[in-house]
Amino acid sequence: MQSEQKPLLSVRNLKTYFFQDEGTVKAVDGATFDVYPGKTLGIVGESGCGKSVTAQSILRIVDQPGRIVDGEIVLRGADGNDVELTRLHPDSREMRDIRGTEIGLVFQEPMTSFSPVHTVGNQIVEAIRLHCGVNEREARIKAVETLRQVGIPKPERRIDEYAFELSGGLRQRAMIAVALSCNPRLLIADEPTTALDVTTQAQILDLLRQLQEQRGMAIMLITHNLGVIAEMADDVVVMYLGRVVEQGPVDAIFHSPQHPYTRALLRSIPSIESTPRVELPTISGSIPHPYNRPSGCPFYPRCPEFIPGTCDQAEPALRAVSEQQSVSCFLYQSQVSQGQGTKPSEGMA
Amino acid sequence: MAETTSPNIGPALPASPREMLPQELPTSQAEEQIAVATQWQLMWWRFRKHKLAMVGSVILILFYLVALSVDFLSYADPDASEAQRSLMAPQSIHWTDNGRLSPYVYGLTGKRDPKTFKRVYTIDPEVKIPVRFFAKGFEYKWLGFIPSDIHLIGVEGARADETLFILGTDVQGRDLWSRLMYGTQTSLFIGLASVALSLFLGVVLGGISGYYGGVIDTVIQRVIEILRSIPTIPLWLGLAAALPGSWSVQQVYFAITIIISLLGWTELARVVRGRFLSLRQEDFVMAARLAGCSQMRIIFRHMVPSFLSHIIAAMTLALPAMIISETSLSFLGLGLRPPAISWGVLLQDAQSIQALAISPWLLIPSIPVVVAVLAFNFVGDGLRDAADPYG
Amino acid sequence: MATMDQILLDVKGLQKFFPIRRGVLQKVVGYVRAVDDVTFYINRGETLSLVGESGCGKTTTSRCVLRAIDPTAGQIHFRTDDGAMIDIAALPENKVQPLRRFMQMIFQDPFSSLNPRMTLLDIVGEPMLVNGMTDRQERQERVAELLTLVGMRPEYMRRFPHAFSGGQRQRIGIARALALNPQLVVADEPVSALDVSVQAQILNLMLRLQEQLGLTYLFVAHDLSVVKHISERVAVMYVGRIVEMATTEKIFGSPKHPYTEALLSSVPKPDPRLRSQRIVLEGEVADPANPPTGCYFHPRCRYAAEICRQETPAQEEIEPGHYVACHRARELSLRGIGKS
Repeated sequence: MQSEQKPLLSVRNLKTYFFQDEGTVKAVDGATFDVYPGKTLGIVGESGCGKSVTAQSILRIVDQPGRIVDGEIVLRGADGNDVELTRLHPDSREMRDIRGTEIGLVFQEPMTSFSPVHTVGNQIVEAIRLHCGVNEREARIKAVETLRQVGIPKPERRIDEYAFELSGGLRQRAMIAVALSCNPRLLIADEPTTALDVTTQAQILDLLRQLQEQRGMAIMLITHNLGVIAEMADDVVVMYLGRVVEQGPVDAIFHSPQHPYTRALLRSIPSIESTPRVELPTISGSIPHPYNRPSGCPFYPRCPEFIPGTCDQAEPALRAVSEQQSVSCFLYQSQVSQGQGTKPSEGMA
Repeated sequence: MAETTSPNIGPALPASPREMLPQELPTSQAEEQIAVATQWQLMWWRFRKHKLAMVGSVILILFYLVALSVDFLSYADPDASEAQRSLMAPQSIHWTDNGRLSPYVYGLTGKRDPKTFKRVYTIDPEVKIPVRFFAKGFEYKWLGFIPSDIHLIGVEGARADETLFILGTDVQGRDLWSRLMYGTQTSLFIGLASVALSLFLGVVLGGISGYYGGVIDTVIQRVIEILRSIPTIPLWLGLAAALPGSWSVQQVYFAITIIISLLGWTELARVVRGRFLSLRQEDFVMAARLAGCSQMRIIFRHMVPSFLSHIIAAMTLALPAMIISETSLSFLGLGLRPPAISWGVLLQDAQSIQALAISPWLLIPSIPVVVAVLAFNFVGDGLRDAADPYG
Repeated sequence: MATMDQILLDVKGLQKFFPIRRGVLQKVVGYVRAVDDVTFYINRGETLSLVGESGCGKTTTSRCVLRAIDPTAGQIHFRTDDGAMIDIAALPENKVQPLRRFMQMIFQDPFSSLNPRMTLLDIVGEPMLVNGMTDRQERQERVAELLTLVGMRPEYMRRFPHAFSGGQRQRIGIARALALNPQLVVADEPVSALDVSVQAQILNLMLRLQEQLGLTYLFVAHDLSVVKHISERVAVMYVGRIVEMATTEKIFGSPKHPYTEALLSSVPKPDPRLRSQRIVLEGEVADPANPPTGCYFHPRCRYAAEICRQETPAQEEIEPGHYVACHRARELSLRGIGKS
């Protein structure tokens, strides 16, 4: 699925830790992935897996007391030059420009990201003026145009309304309009549809796909919803407790998942396609609290394929199991007696 | 009721193995301790981390210890005046005499300056007045019932005019240290009494407002708004002027307490109301209702314990305001009047520039006011941060 | 399919209007028709799901059934121990109270639903205590039994809720709901606040408990996958009304209401090979304070005809057990999930 193109964004071994009184929370602990132009990368995981902090790290908007402690984030600039984002100061002019013009961001809850005392239009116009260097009139024309593109009816009128006057779906559209106002080459969407109803979610997902086709931008879609990932993503990164456990093309992830976590997760979700009222296979236990992160592979206490003495001792590295798919699990690593690439039986859970 | 209680669901069937938690991480002792910790323990663990609040608590404990043992700490009758000793400067205590630990002060001789008619005191290095610890002095009853005549320091067996003035004297020649001790007692306890009364008003009215809502709520909220919009000084002026001049010190004391708390309850009422309103929305309150709990049980078992800690924090933050109110009222001559002694009454003597220029030590009572208010605020801050250990 | 032909709960013409007040005098200027003429029944031992988008009135309906809020109009008949049907909607509060032990609730938010200041013993034991089980020993035994039943270790009963994860707290909430041995359990979005990997545990638990204890569930949810997994019958709500009600197979396999069809096609399927030809609904959910004329769904309906703009469709039983409120239900052939 991946083209021969160079990635737009490369994240290598990213580590973002939060240093708190109670201890250090390794929110992201060695994330590695690429985002290609015109493609959608889905990042999927449950609460505490570090998917949102990954996005914040890329944008350099990690809240105190969090800090990027290691790794690189390379953004391929429009002129072909690479920019290493971790080297920039979060408040520097360069970084602010990147946030405005190269990378757009869409949050889960659009209400909190709009100022209640300014009209929606005001905020879009401001963003356009700030980052695109045009005057107020042009910015307003462009803002109306953007609102129309994201499917807001009567944009000339809506532009003068406040965020609280819009419905949830329209607010999310307006939020996307703000993110798109300066034609970013990468759109990071952090749970963009979680707060919305299914029919509205379908509208927003459709809109994102349509905008991607028109503009050829890359999308990094962060969500816990496997259905949304299956509908939208080209490539998928599965995260668990700050680590990438598996990554690969969407079809491989859903049809030949390799990591025990991915496999168990896919089996445990109730699907609209499945037979009703039968017992679902489950993942035992619950996600550990970030302060109590298990040593070794973070998934081992819940893992059906746990190898005592190995999984609880060392952390597995991300290794390729096929051309496009890689997994971080000892089942696929040569030092384990089973040998490389051995597929454990499916029915062991 | 019997059939309600007898479970007819049969023997407890074990959960199917899939739902059990087979590879649970072993819980450590510390986690086990946290797991069974009550809200007060969790609050204490959090409060302990707030350094300023801990310092504030120590200071406050010391303050109230002082307030409880004023008779022991003071060494002179706070009301004994003597024109011959008016406006003496603080004496410094000399701790050693010829290398031996034997604290003493030099005697003072006072003369009236014939030009300015001010009394001028000169140190007489010939007269060494020994200062003793745990000296005998005037008789008192500690905590109101233990008779004693021991004082922390004092001059023993000396002649009548040889006394000690650590902080000097006021215009009427009364010992400022001893007066400050008694003033501390009055001011700290008037604060407590006012807060207790405000708390009662605040919890009852705020509770009614928050629990029942509707018209009652609207009325109480409007009253609070009106009370809060009245400028305090004129209101105090009016209320204090209404106190009959013939009232005794005790009567005035109580009247002032009531006046202060009548204005002070509004903040607490708002806190209580806010808590009630947010708790009414909590699912566990609905669950209690559906389980069949009575209203009384819901209020006292579920709601009150949930906001008690917030009330304590709000109270601690309200106390300094009460103390300041009393101090400013008395300073303006509207609150306690002599012969009652409080910080405000003491500071009344320091009203004129002239008095300050000649006798700056009269400003000393402002130090405990500042320290106590700061300490209360620090402790209140710490309590507020710790009040919701589940947040 | 209904397992027993005995109706446990029968709701007829339920309405709940919330007044909209404006101005200084708080004058009522209109009503939000949160629940507008809802009729359904639940057989003993079965699971009926109320499904719909936010603001469709599903939660309000469930709270009315428990009389946690008072309905504006309508009847709620509940079968008591002795087999008689009592109209709960008409009873004064003090008469409802003794009936509450037959209907309990599982809440959405596992954090807000447990009093953080009480131990598990007190939380799960409280319903027993206030209903007359005053003996502490007896209560303790029963709490231990209930905790085991929901898959928690009884040794944990001295702990406070803060020691547990969301999924475990939800188990505790279920144990409390079962404390009085209820017949009807209203579950309001019981898994939507949980992590995906934990949802399945709770759903399995609820299914097992239903089997073991013969419980009847009124399940309120917005997630159609969860609804499909747990229910025997489903009622789809839109703007305060039930637009379609039938068995799970019929609702998902051969829906008869255009809204149901659109809802089903909107759900993202966790399989990239099934990237669907979705029916994306235009526009927004109607405002329950100011609903459109005729069928509330007609402005978004791609099958809308003239009659839909003018007349409100009545709930009709077009096949045995399949109720639809649509003028064109009989003529349309709509798409379901899988084989249609």
